[in-house]
Amino acid sequence: MHPAPSIIAFTVLSGLGFGLIFWLGLGFPYGDGWIAATFCALAIGLTSAGLLSSLAHLGQPTRFLKAFSQWRSSWLSREAVLAVATLATFGVYGALWSTGIRVTPLGMIASILALVTVHCTAMIYAQMRSVPRWRSPFTPAIFLISALAGGALLAGQGVAAAWLLVALAAAQIADWLLGDRRLATSGTTLATATGLGAFGTPRLLEPPHTGGNYLLREMLHVVCRAHARKLRLIGLALAALVPVGLLTALPVGHTVAGVAVLSHVSGMIVIRWLFFAQAEHVVGFYYGRR
Amino acid sequence: MTTLPASTDRSLGLVIDLDTCVGCHACVISCKEWNTSHYGAPLSDIDAYGSEPEGTFLNRIHTFEAVPEAADSPPRVVHFPKSCLHCADAPCVTVCPTGASYKRTEDGIVLVNEDDCIGCGLCAWACPYGAREMDQAAGLMKKCTLCVDRIYNANIPEQDRIPSCVRTCPAGARHFGDLADPTSDVSILLAERGGFDLMPEQGTAPVNKYLPPRDKIDLLAPLLNRTPQAQGGFLGWLDRALTRI
Repeated sequence: MHPAPSIIAFTVLSGLGFGLIFWLGLGFPYGDGWIAATFCALAIGLTSAGLLSSLAHLGQPTRFLKAFSQWRSSWLSREAVLAVATLATFGVYGALWSTGIRVTPLGMIASILALVTVHCTAMIYAQMRSVPRWRSPFTPAIFLISALAGGALLAGQGVAAAWLLVALAAAQIADWLLGDRRLATSGTTLATATGLGAFGTPRLLEPPHTGGNYLLREMLHVVCRAHARKLRLIGLALAALVPVGLLTALPVGHTVAGVAVLSHVSGMIVIRWLFFAQAEHVVGFYYGRR
Repeated sequence: MTTLPASTDRSLGLVIDLDTCVGCHACVISCKEWNTSHYGAPLSDIDAYGSEPEGTFLNRIHTFEAVPEAADSPPRVVHFPKSCLHCADAPCVTVCPTGASYKRTEDGIVLVNEDDCIGCGLCAWACPYGAREMDQAAGLMKKCTLCVDRIYNANIPEQDRIPSCVRTCPAGARHFGDLADPTSDVSILLAERGGFDLMPEQGTAPVNKYLPPRDKIDLLAPLLNRTPQAQGGFLGWLDRALTRI
Protein backbone atom coordinates (compact mmCIF):
# COMPACT_ATOMS: atom_id res chain seq x y z
CA MET A 1 0.00 0.00 0.00
CA HIS A 2 1.10 3.56 -0.66
CA PRO A 3 2.63 5.04 2.52
CA ALA A 4 1.00 8.47 2.23
CA PRO A 5 2.77 11.02 4.49
CA SER A 6 -0.62 12.43 5.53
CA ILE A 7 -1.80 9.05 6.83
CA ILE A 8 1.51 8.30 8.57
CA ALA A 9 1.44 11.72 10.26
CA PHE A 10 -2.21 11.18 11.19
CA THR A 11 -1.76 7.77 12.81
CA VAL A 12 1.48 8.70 14.62
CA LEU A 13 0.41 12.14 15.89
CA SER A 14 -3.16 11.27 16.83
CA GLY A 15 -1.89 8.05 18.46
CA LEU A 16 0.48 10.11 20.62
CA GLY A 17 -2.21 12.67 21.39
CA PHE A 18 -4.85 10.11 22.37
CA GLY A 19 -2.22 8.21 24.38
CA LEU A 20 -1.41 11.39 26.30
CA ILE A 21 -5.14 12.04 26.83
CA PHE A 22 -5.38 8.54 28.33
CA TRP A 23 -2.73 9.25 30.97
CA LEU A 24 -3.88 12.79 31.71
CA GLY A 25 -7.46 11.58 32.09
CA LEU A 26 -6.35 8.97 34.62
CA GLY A 27 -4.80 11.69 36.75
CA PHE A 28 -1.13 11.50 35.68
CA PRO A 29 0.95 13.57 36.13
CA TYR A 30 0.08 15.55 39.24
CA GLY A 31 -0.05 19.34 39.16
CA ASP A 32 -2.41 22.00 37.95
CA GLY A 33 -2.42 25.55 36.62
CA TRP A 34 0.16 26.10 33.88
CA ILE A 35 1.41 22.52 34.04
CA ALA A 36 -2.11 21.24 33.42
CA ALA A 37 -2.76 23.78 30.65
CA THR A 38 0.53 22.87 28.90
CA PHE A 39 -0.14 19.13 29.00
CA CYS A 40 -3.72 19.58 27.79
CA ALA A 41 -2.66 21.91 24.99
CA LEU A 42 0.00 19.39 23.91
CA ALA A 43 -2.52 16.51 23.87
CA ILE A 44 -5.17 18.48 21.99
CA GLY A 45 -2.55 19.96 19.65
CA LEU A 46 -1.07 16.56 18.70
CA THR A 47 -4.49 14.98 18.21
CA SER A 48 -5.82 17.90 16.17
CA ALA A 49 -2.67 18.05 14.03
CA GLY A 50 -3.11 14.35 13.30
CA LEU A 51 -6.78 14.72 12.43
CA LEU A 52 -6.10 17.75 10.23
CA SER A 53 -3.33 15.97 8.33
CA SER A 54 -5.78 13.12 7.62
CA LEU A 55 -7.92 15.67 5.76
CA ALA A 56 -5.00 16.12 3.35
CA HIS A 57 -5.59 12.55 2.22
CA LEU A 58 -9.14 13.30 1.02
CA GLY A 59 -10.09 14.08 -2.56
CA GLN A 60 -12.90 16.33 -1.29
CA PRO A 61 -11.65 17.61 2.12
CA THR A 62 -14.38 20.25 2.46
CA ARG A 63 -17.01 17.53 2.70
CA PHE A 64 -15.41 15.91 5.80
CA LEU A 65 -18.50 16.50 7.96
CA LYS A 66 -20.33 13.80 5.99
CA ALA A 67 -17.88 11.27 7.47
CA PHE A 68 -19.64 11.50 10.84
CA SER A 69 -22.83 9.86 9.54
CA GLN A 70 -22.10 6.14 9.03
CA TRP A 71 -20.88 5.06 12.48
CA ARG A 72 -23.21 2.04 12.37
CA SER A 73 -21.16 0.29 9.69
CA SER A 74 -17.90 2.16 9.04
CA TRP A 75 -14.82 2.10 11.32
CA LEU A 76 -13.61 5.33 9.70
CA SER A 77 -16.87 7.06 10.60
CA ARG A 78 -16.75 5.64 14.14
CA GLU A 79 -13.23 6.95 14.52
CA ALA A 80 -14.31 10.44 13.41
CA VAL A 81 -17.26 10.49 15.85
CA LEU A 82 -15.20 9.14 18.76
CA ALA A 83 -12.26 11.46 18.08
CA VAL A 84 -14.53 14.48 18.39
CA ALA A 85 -16.28 13.01 21.45
CA THR A 86 -12.88 12.38 23.09
CA LEU A 87 -11.62 15.87 22.33
CA ALA A 88 -14.84 17.48 23.58
CA THR A 89 -14.82 15.49 26.84
CA PHE A 90 -11.12 16.04 27.36
CA GLY A 91 -11.46 19.74 26.52
CA VAL A 92 -13.94 20.24 29.36
CA TYR A 93 -11.80 18.10 31.72
CA GLY A 94 -8.64 20.00 30.75
CA ALA A 95 -10.26 23.42 31.16
CA LEU A 96 -11.50 22.49 34.65
CA TRP A 97 -8.15 20.91 35.57
CA SER A 98 -6.28 24.06 34.53
CA THR A 99 -8.39 26.02 37.00
CA GLY A 100 -7.55 23.54 39.75
CA ILE A 101 -10.59 21.23 39.66
CA ARG A 102 -9.71 17.72 38.50
CA VAL A 103 -12.97 15.83 37.84
CA THR A 104 -11.88 12.20 38.01
CA PRO A 105 -14.97 10.54 36.40
CA LEU A 106 -14.83 12.97 33.45
CA GLY A 107 -11.12 12.24 33.04
CA MET A 108 -11.73 8.50 33.07
CA ILE A 109 -14.43 8.85 30.40
CA ALA A 110 -11.93 10.81 28.26
CA SER A 111 -9.29 8.10 28.85
CA ILE A 112 -11.63 5.31 27.77
CA LEU A 113 -12.86 7.29 24.75
CA ALA A 114 -9.25 7.94 23.71
CA LEU A 115 -8.42 4.23 23.71
CA VAL A 116 -11.61 3.31 21.86
CA THR A 117 -10.75 5.96 19.24
CA VAL A 118 -7.28 4.46 18.70
CA HIS A 119 -8.90 1.03 18.43
CA CYS A 120 -11.25 2.35 15.72
CA THR A 121 -8.27 3.81 13.82
CA ALA A 122 -6.57 0.43 13.91
CA MET A 123 -9.73 -1.40 12.86
CA ILE A 124 -9.88 0.66 9.65
CA TYR A 125 -6.84 -1.38 8.63
CA ALA A 126 -7.44 -4.61 10.55
CA GLN A 127 -10.86 -5.10 8.90
CA MET A 128 -9.34 -5.27 5.38
CA ARG A 129 -9.56 -8.84 4.12
CA SER A 130 -8.00 -7.51 0.91
CA VAL A 131 -4.76 -6.75 2.82
CA PRO A 132 -3.92 -9.99 4.68
CA ARG A 133 -0.92 -8.48 6.52
CA TRP A 134 -3.22 -6.03 8.31
CA ARG A 135 -6.03 -8.46 9.07
CA SER A 136 -4.83 -9.58 12.47
CA PRO A 137 -5.41 -8.81 16.18
CA PHE A 138 -1.81 -7.56 16.21
CA THR A 139 -2.86 -4.46 14.27
CA PRO A 140 -5.15 -3.00 16.99
CA ALA A 141 -2.81 -4.33 19.70
CA ILE A 142 0.20 -2.48 18.26
CA PHE A 143 -1.77 0.72 17.64
CA LEU A 144 -3.02 0.65 21.26
CA ILE A 145 0.34 -0.23 22.85
CA SER A 146 2.18 2.40 20.82
CA ALA A 147 -0.40 5.05 21.77
CA LEU A 148 -0.15 4.08 25.45
CA ALA A 149 3.67 4.02 25.33
CA GLY A 150 3.97 7.35 23.51
CA GLY A 151 1.41 8.90 25.87
CA ALA A 152 3.28 7.59 28.91
CA LEU A 153 6.55 9.06 27.59
CA LEU A 154 4.91 12.46 27.07
CA ALA A 155 3.15 12.32 30.45
CA GLY A 156 6.45 11.64 32.20
CA GLN A 157 5.48 8.15 33.33
CA GLY A 158 8.94 6.67 32.89
CA VAL A 159 8.41 3.20 34.39
CA ALA A 160 5.13 2.55 32.60
CA ALA A 161 6.61 3.90 29.38
CA ALA A 162 9.61 1.57 29.59
CA TRP A 163 7.45 -1.52 30.11
CA LEU A 164 5.02 -0.48 27.35
CA LEU A 165 7.91 0.11 24.95
CA VAL A 166 9.24 -3.38 25.67
CA ALA A 167 5.75 -4.75 25.00
CA LEU A 168 5.59 -2.68 21.79
CA ALA A 169 8.89 -4.10 20.58
CA ALA A 170 7.80 -7.67 21.35
CA ALA A 171 4.41 -7.28 19.66
CA GLN A 172 5.95 -5.57 16.63
CA ILE A 173 8.61 -8.26 16.16
CA ALA A 174 5.95 -11.00 16.42
CA ASP A 175 3.71 -9.15 13.95
CA TRP A 176 6.53 -8.75 11.45
CA LEU A 177 7.46 -12.43 11.64
CA LEU A 178 3.85 -13.64 11.37
CA GLY A 179 2.83 -10.89 8.95
CA ASP A 180 5.44 -11.95 6.39
CA ARG A 181 3.47 -15.19 5.96
CA ARG A 182 -0.11 -13.86 6.06
CA LEU A 183 -0.47 -13.25 2.31
CA ALA A 184 0.72 -16.77 1.51
CA THR A 185 -1.65 -18.32 4.07
CA SER A 186 -4.64 -16.06 3.26
CA GLY A 187 -5.97 -18.53 0.71
CA THR A 188 -6.04 -15.92 -2.06
CA THR A 189 -3.82 -16.73 -5.03
CA LEU A 190 -3.81 -15.93 -8.72
CA ALA A 191 -5.60 -19.27 -9.18
CA THR A 192 -8.56 -18.18 -7.00
CA ALA A 193 -8.42 -14.65 -8.44
CA THR A 194 -8.81 -15.91 -12.01
CA GLY A 195 -10.47 -19.31 -11.52
CA LEU A 196 -7.89 -20.74 -13.93
CA GLY A 197 -6.22 -23.10 -11.46
CA ALA A 198 -7.87 -26.12 -13.11
CA PHE A 199 -5.98 -25.41 -16.35
CA GLY A 200 -2.51 -25.17 -14.85
CA THR A 201 -0.45 -22.56 -13.05
CA PRO A 202 -1.75 -19.15 -14.06
CA ARG A 203 0.56 -16.20 -14.64
CA LEU A 204 0.13 -12.73 -16.08
CA LEU A 205 0.89 -12.68 -19.80
CA GLU A 206 -0.12 -9.12 -20.67
CA PRO A 207 -1.06 -6.36 -18.23
CA PRO A 208 -4.25 -4.42 -19.10
CA HIS A 209 -2.32 -1.21 -19.76
CA THR A 210 1.26 -0.12 -20.28
CA GLY A 211 0.98 3.08 -18.23
CA GLY A 212 0.28 3.53 -14.54
CA ASN A 213 -3.04 3.84 -12.81
CA TYR A 214 -4.56 4.61 -9.42
CA LEU A 215 -4.47 0.96 -8.36
CA LEU A 216 -0.77 0.54 -9.09
CA ARG A 217 0.10 3.73 -7.23
CA GLU A 218 -2.21 3.20 -4.26
CA MET A 219 -2.17 -0.58 -3.71
CA LEU A 220 1.10 -1.78 -5.24
CA HIS A 221 3.70 0.52 -3.74
CA VAL A 222 7.03 -1.30 -3.75
CA VAL A 223 9.60 1.51 -3.46
CA CYS A 224 12.26 0.88 -0.75
CA ARG A 225 10.75 -2.47 0.26
CA ALA A 226 14.20 -3.90 -0.43
CA HIS A 227 15.45 -2.06 2.66
CA ALA A 228 12.65 -3.34 4.87
CA ARG A 229 14.94 -5.40 7.12
CA LYS A 230 17.24 -2.45 7.85
CA LEU A 231 14.28 -0.14 8.31
CA ARG A 232 12.68 -2.57 10.76
CA LEU A 233 15.84 -2.54 12.90
CA ILE A 234 16.12 1.26 12.68
CA GLY A 235 12.43 1.67 13.57
CA LEU A 236 12.63 -0.74 16.47
CA ALA A 237 15.81 0.87 17.85
CA LEU A 238 14.48 4.42 17.64
CA ALA A 239 10.91 3.67 18.76
CA ALA A 240 11.65 1.33 21.68
CA LEU A 241 15.27 0.45 22.45
CA VAL A 242 16.78 3.96 22.64
CA PRO A 243 13.94 5.38 24.81
CA VAL A 244 14.01 2.33 27.12
CA GLY A 245 17.81 2.65 27.42
CA LEU A 246 17.59 6.37 28.20
CA LEU A 247 14.79 5.89 30.74
CA THR A 248 16.54 3.10 32.62
CA ALA A 249 20.20 4.21 32.41
CA LEU A 250 19.94 7.94 33.05
CA PRO A 251 18.21 10.06 35.71
CA VAL A 252 15.02 11.20 34.00
CA GLY A 253 14.80 14.96 33.53
CA HIS A 254 13.25 17.11 30.83
CA THR A 255 16.24 16.72 28.48
CA VAL A 256 16.41 12.93 28.68
CA ALA A 257 12.62 12.65 28.35
CA GLY A 258 12.69 15.03 25.39
CA VAL A 259 15.32 12.97 23.57
CA ALA A 260 13.40 9.78 24.38
CA VAL A 261 10.18 11.26 22.94
CA LEU A 262 11.92 12.47 19.77
CA SER A 263 13.57 9.09 19.28
CA HIS A 264 10.25 7.28 19.87
CA VAL A 265 8.32 9.48 17.43
CA SER A 266 11.01 9.10 14.72
CA GLY A 267 10.94 5.33 15.21
CA MET A 268 7.15 5.23 15.06
CA ILE A 269 7.23 7.13 11.76
CA VAL A 270 9.58 4.46 10.35
CA ILE A 271 7.41 1.63 11.76
CA ARG A 272 4.21 3.20 10.40
CA TRP A 273 5.87 3.74 7.03
CA LEU A 274 6.68 0.02 6.94
CA PHE A 275 3.11 -0.79 8.07
CA PHE A 276 1.84 0.70 4.81
CA ALA A 277 4.75 0.08 2.45
CA GLN A 278 5.00 -3.62 3.29
CA ALA A 279 1.25 -4.30 3.17
CA GLU A 280 0.37 -6.37 0.10
CA HIS A 281 -3.08 -5.86 -1.46
CA VAL A 282 -4.51 -8.95 -3.16
CA VAL A 283 -5.27 -6.91 -6.32
CA GLY A 284 -1.52 -7.30 -6.91
CA PHE A 285 -2.19 -10.86 -8.11
CA TYR A 286 -4.00 -9.48 -11.16
CA TYR A 287 -0.97 -7.33 -11.98
CA GLY A 288 1.67 -9.96 -11.27
CA ARG A 289 3.05 -7.79 -8.47
CA ARG A 290 3.03 -7.77 -4.69
CA MET B 1 -26.77 4.10 4.06
CA THR B 2 -23.63 2.06 3.96
CA THR B 3 -25.19 -0.94 5.64
CA LEU B 4 -25.89 -3.62 3.04
CA PRO B 5 -29.45 -4.69 2.23
CA ALA B 6 -30.30 -8.17 3.60
CA SER B 7 -31.51 -9.14 0.14
CA THR B 8 -32.22 -7.45 -3.17
CA ASP B 9 -35.30 -7.84 -5.37
CA ARG B 10 -33.12 -8.64 -8.37
CA SER B 11 -29.38 -9.28 -8.78
CA LEU B 12 -28.42 -7.61 -12.02
CA GLY B 13 -24.95 -8.46 -13.19
CA LEU B 14 -22.68 -9.76 -15.91
CA VAL B 15 -21.65 -13.24 -16.95
CA ILE B 16 -18.29 -13.07 -18.72
CA ASP B 17 -17.25 -15.92 -20.98
CA LEU B 18 -13.50 -16.49 -20.74
CA ASP B 19 -13.77 -18.96 -23.60
CA THR B 20 -15.12 -16.41 -26.04
CA CYS B 21 -13.33 -13.19 -25.09
CA VAL B 22 -10.74 -12.33 -27.74
CA GLY B 23 -9.08 -9.56 -25.71
CA CYS B 24 -9.91 -6.77 -28.17
CA HIS B 25 -10.52 -4.17 -25.41
CA ALA B 26 -13.61 -2.84 -27.26
CA CYS B 27 -15.60 -3.06 -24.00
CA VAL B 28 -12.92 -0.96 -22.27
CA ILE B 29 -13.26 1.78 -24.84
CA SER B 30 -17.06 1.75 -25.04
CA CYS B 31 -17.25 1.78 -21.25
CA LYS B 32 -14.92 4.76 -21.09
CA GLU B 33 -16.90 6.60 -23.78
CA TRP B 34 -20.31 6.03 -22.22
CA ASN B 35 -19.28 6.67 -18.64
CA THR B 36 -17.17 9.73 -19.34
CA SER B 37 -20.12 11.46 -20.97
CA HIS B 38 -23.04 10.44 -18.77
CA TYR B 39 -23.36 9.40 -15.09
CA GLY B 40 -21.39 11.62 -12.70
CA ALA B 41 -17.94 13.14 -13.12
CA PRO B 42 -16.08 12.31 -16.38
CA LEU B 43 -13.37 9.63 -16.41
CA SER B 44 -10.32 11.83 -16.70
CA ASP B 45 -7.05 11.17 -18.47
CA ILE B 46 -3.82 12.51 -17.01
CA ASP B 47 -0.90 13.45 -19.27
CA ALA B 48 -2.89 12.00 -22.18
CA TYR B 49 -0.42 13.17 -24.86
CA GLY B 50 2.70 13.14 -22.69
CA SER B 51 5.28 10.51 -21.86
CA GLU B 52 3.35 8.92 -18.99
CA PRO B 53 -0.30 8.81 -19.99
CA GLU B 54 -2.84 7.23 -17.68
CA GLY B 55 -6.51 7.52 -16.95
CA THR B 56 -9.52 6.30 -15.06
CA PHE B 57 -11.16 3.16 -16.43
CA LEU B 58 -14.02 1.12 -14.96
CA ASN B 59 -13.23 -1.98 -16.96
CA ARG B 60 -9.83 -3.42 -17.79
CA ILE B 61 -8.71 -6.53 -19.68
CA HIS B 62 -5.85 -8.59 -18.30
CA THR B 63 -4.38 -11.53 -20.22
CA PHE B 64 -3.26 -14.61 -18.32
CA GLU B 65 -1.81 -17.90 -19.36
CA ALA B 66 -2.38 -21.13 -17.48
CA VAL B 67 0.69 -23.36 -17.75
CA PRO B 68 -0.23 -27.06 -17.44
CA GLU B 69 1.90 -29.51 -15.43
CA ALA B 70 2.61 -31.72 -18.42
CA ALA B 71 5.61 -30.40 -20.33
CA ASP B 72 4.17 -31.16 -23.77
CA SER B 73 0.84 -29.37 -23.30
CA PRO B 74 0.81 -25.78 -24.48
CA PRO B 75 -0.18 -23.01 -22.08
CA ARG B 76 -3.76 -21.79 -22.36
CA VAL B 77 -4.09 -18.07 -23.01
CA VAL B 78 -7.13 -16.42 -21.44
CA HIS B 79 -8.23 -12.82 -21.91
CA PHE B 80 -9.74 -11.68 -18.66
CA PRO B 81 -12.09 -8.68 -18.49
CA LYS B 82 -12.44 -7.29 -14.97
CA SER B 83 -14.89 -4.70 -13.67
CA CYS B 84 -17.03 -4.28 -10.55
CA LEU B 85 -18.67 -7.58 -9.57
CA HIS B 86 -21.56 -5.87 -7.68
CA CYS B 87 -20.96 -8.18 -4.71
CA ALA B 88 -23.84 -9.22 -2.46
CA ASP B 89 -21.54 -8.74 0.55
CA ALA B 90 -19.67 -5.75 -0.81
CA PRO B 91 -16.80 -4.72 1.51
CA CYS B 92 -16.49 -1.40 -0.35
CA VAL B 93 -19.96 -0.35 0.83
CA THR B 94 -19.65 -0.99 4.55
CA VAL B 95 -16.31 0.84 4.93
CA CYS B 96 -17.67 4.07 3.41
CA PRO B 97 -17.78 6.72 6.17
CA THR B 98 -20.25 9.03 4.41
CA GLY B 99 -22.91 6.75 2.96
CA ALA B 100 -21.82 7.67 -0.59
CA SER B 101 -21.34 4.00 -1.49
CA TYR B 102 -24.50 1.95 -1.47
CA LYS B 103 -26.05 -1.22 -2.85
CA ARG B 104 -29.50 -0.76 -4.37
CA THR B 105 -32.28 -2.88 -2.90
CA GLU B 106 -34.25 -3.04 -6.15
CA ASP B 107 -31.56 -4.48 -8.44
CA GLY B 108 -28.39 -4.97 -6.37
CA ILE B 109 -26.28 -2.47 -8.31
CA VAL B 110 -23.43 -0.98 -6.23
CA LEU B 111 -23.20 2.77 -6.84
CA VAL B 112 -21.40 5.86 -5.56
CA ASN B 113 -23.39 8.99 -4.83
CA GLU B 114 -20.76 11.46 -5.97
CA ASP B 115 -22.30 14.35 -4.00
CA ASP B 116 -21.47 12.51 -0.76
CA CYS B 117 -18.05 11.05 -1.71
CA ILE B 118 -15.15 12.66 0.20
CA GLY B 119 -12.53 10.83 -1.85
CA CYS B 120 -10.93 9.01 1.10
CA GLY B 121 -10.18 5.96 -1.04
CA LEU B 122 -11.07 3.44 1.66
CA CYS B 123 -13.60 1.62 -0.57
CA ALA B 124 -10.90 1.05 -3.18
CA TRP B 125 -8.66 -0.42 -0.47
CA ALA B 126 -11.45 -2.72 0.66
CA CYS B 127 -12.18 -4.08 -2.84
CA PRO B 128 -10.02 -7.18 -3.47
CA TYR B 129 -10.63 -6.95 -7.23
CA GLY B 130 -9.35 -3.43 -7.87
CA ALA B 131 -12.72 -2.49 -9.34
CA ARG B 132 -12.76 1.07 -8.02
CA GLU B 133 -10.49 3.87 -9.16
CA MET B 134 -10.17 7.34 -7.72
CA ASP B 135 -10.44 9.91 -10.49
CA GLN B 136 -7.32 12.08 -10.22
CA ALA B 137 -8.98 15.17 -11.69
CA ALA B 138 -12.30 15.00 -9.82
CA GLY B 139 -11.01 13.60 -6.50
CA LEU B 140 -14.01 11.24 -6.51
CA MET B 141 -14.32 7.47 -6.51
CA LYS B 142 -15.43 6.01 -9.85
CA LYS B 143 -16.78 2.55 -10.46
CA CYS B 144 -18.90 0.49 -12.84
CA THR B 145 -22.56 1.52 -12.60
CA LEU B 146 -23.70 -1.45 -14.69
CA CYS B 147 -24.74 1.40 -17.01
CA VAL B 148 -27.67 2.22 -14.74
CA ASP B 149 -28.30 5.17 -17.06
CA ARG B 150 -28.73 2.85 -20.07
CA ILE B 151 -30.58 -0.19 -18.75
CA TYR B 152 -33.63 1.81 -17.55
CA ASN B 153 -33.33 4.54 -20.20
CA ALA B 154 -36.59 4.82 -22.16
CA ASN B 155 -35.04 7.44 -24.47
CA ILE B 156 -32.71 5.00 -26.24
CA PRO B 157 -33.70 2.06 -28.50
CA GLU B 158 -34.61 -1.07 -26.56
CA GLN B 159 -31.67 -3.07 -27.93
CA ASP B 160 -29.32 -0.50 -26.37
CA ARG B 161 -30.79 -0.88 -22.87
CA ILE B 162 -27.94 -3.12 -21.72
CA PRO B 163 -24.51 -2.13 -20.36
CA SER B 164 -22.28 -0.48 -22.92
CA CYS B 165 -19.62 -3.20 -22.63
CA VAL B 166 -22.18 -5.93 -23.37
CA ARG B 167 -23.69 -3.98 -26.27
CA THR B 168 -20.32 -3.47 -27.91
CA CYS B 169 -18.64 -6.87 -27.41
CA PRO B 170 -18.03 -8.24 -30.93
CA ALA B 171 -17.43 -11.77 -29.65
CA GLY B 172 -20.56 -12.06 -27.52
CA ALA B 173 -18.42 -12.79 -24.49
CA ARG B 174 -20.42 -10.60 -22.12
CA HIS B 175 -23.95 -11.37 -20.96
CA PHE B 176 -26.22 -9.19 -18.83
CA GLY B 177 -29.23 -10.22 -16.78
CA ASP B 178 -30.82 -11.03 -13.44
CA LEU B 179 -28.74 -13.67 -11.67
CA ALA B 180 -31.31 -13.99 -8.87
CA ASP B 181 -33.87 -15.34 -11.36
CA PRO B 182 -33.10 -19.03 -12.06
CA THR B 183 -35.04 -18.87 -15.35
CA SER B 184 -33.10 -15.91 -16.79
CA ASP B 185 -30.78 -16.48 -19.77
CA VAL B 186 -27.71 -15.67 -17.70
CA SER B 187 -28.69 -18.10 -14.92
CA ILE B 188 -29.26 -20.90 -17.45
CA LEU B 189 -25.95 -20.12 -19.17
CA LEU B 190 -24.23 -20.12 -15.80
CA ALA B 191 -25.67 -23.51 -14.85
CA GLU B 192 -24.82 -25.06 -18.25
CA ARG B 193 -21.25 -23.84 -18.35
CA GLY B 194 -20.33 -24.13 -14.66
CA GLY B 195 -19.68 -20.46 -13.97
CA PHE B 196 -17.56 -19.49 -10.99
CA ASP B 197 -16.82 -16.64 -8.54
CA LEU B 198 -13.55 -14.70 -8.41
CA MET B 199 -11.76 -14.98 -5.04
CA PRO B 200 -14.60 -16.84 -3.28
CA GLU B 201 -12.44 -17.01 -0.12
CA GLN B 202 -12.71 -13.24 0.25
CA GLY B 203 -16.38 -13.71 1.23
CA THR B 204 -17.69 -10.98 -1.06
CA ALA B 205 -20.35 -13.16 -2.77
CA PRO B 206 -19.90 -11.50 -6.17
CA VAL B 207 -22.94 -11.27 -8.44
CA ASN B 208 -20.89 -11.21 -11.66
CA LYS B 209 -19.76 -14.67 -12.73
CA TYR B 210 -17.10 -16.01 -15.08
CA LEU B 211 -17.46 -18.96 -17.47
CA PRO B 212 -14.37 -21.19 -17.78
CA PRO B 213 -12.57 -21.79 -21.09
CA ARG B 214 -14.05 -24.81 -22.90
CA ASP B 215 -11.96 -27.91 -23.35
CA LYS B 216 -10.87 -28.68 -26.91
CA ILE B 217 -13.69 -27.19 -28.89
CA ASP B 218 -12.62 -25.78 -32.25
CA LEU B 219 -15.02 -22.89 -32.74
CA LEU B 220 -13.66 -22.09 -36.21
CA ALA B 221 -14.08 -25.58 -37.71
CA PRO B 222 -17.82 -25.40 -38.44
CA LEU B 223 -17.33 -21.99 -40.04
CA LEU B 224 -14.56 -23.21 -42.35
CA ASN B 225 -16.22 -26.48 -43.44
CA ARG B 226 -19.51 -24.92 -44.40
CA THR B 227 -21.68 -27.05 -46.72
CA PRO B 228 -23.29 -24.94 -49.44
CA GLN B 229 -26.88 -24.04 -48.68
CA ALA B 230 -29.56 -24.86 -51.30
CA GLN B 231 -30.37 -21.58 -52.98
CA GLY B 232 -33.75 -20.46 -54.31
CA GLY B 233 -34.70 -18.23 -57.26
CA PHE B 234 -33.06 -18.12 -60.68
CA LEU B 235 -29.57 -18.96 -59.41
CA GLY B 236 -30.98 -21.96 -57.57
CA TRP B 237 -32.74 -23.22 -60.72
CA LEU B 238 -29.54 -22.66 -62.73
CA ASP B 239 -27.51 -24.54 -60.12
CA ARG B 240 -29.91 -27.49 -60.17
CA ALA B 241 -30.19 -27.48 -63.97
CA LEU B 242 -26.42 -27.43 -64.50
CA THR B 243 -25.99 -30.22 -61.91
CA ARG B 244 -28.46 -32.42 -63.83
CA ILE B 245 -26.77 -32.03 -67.22
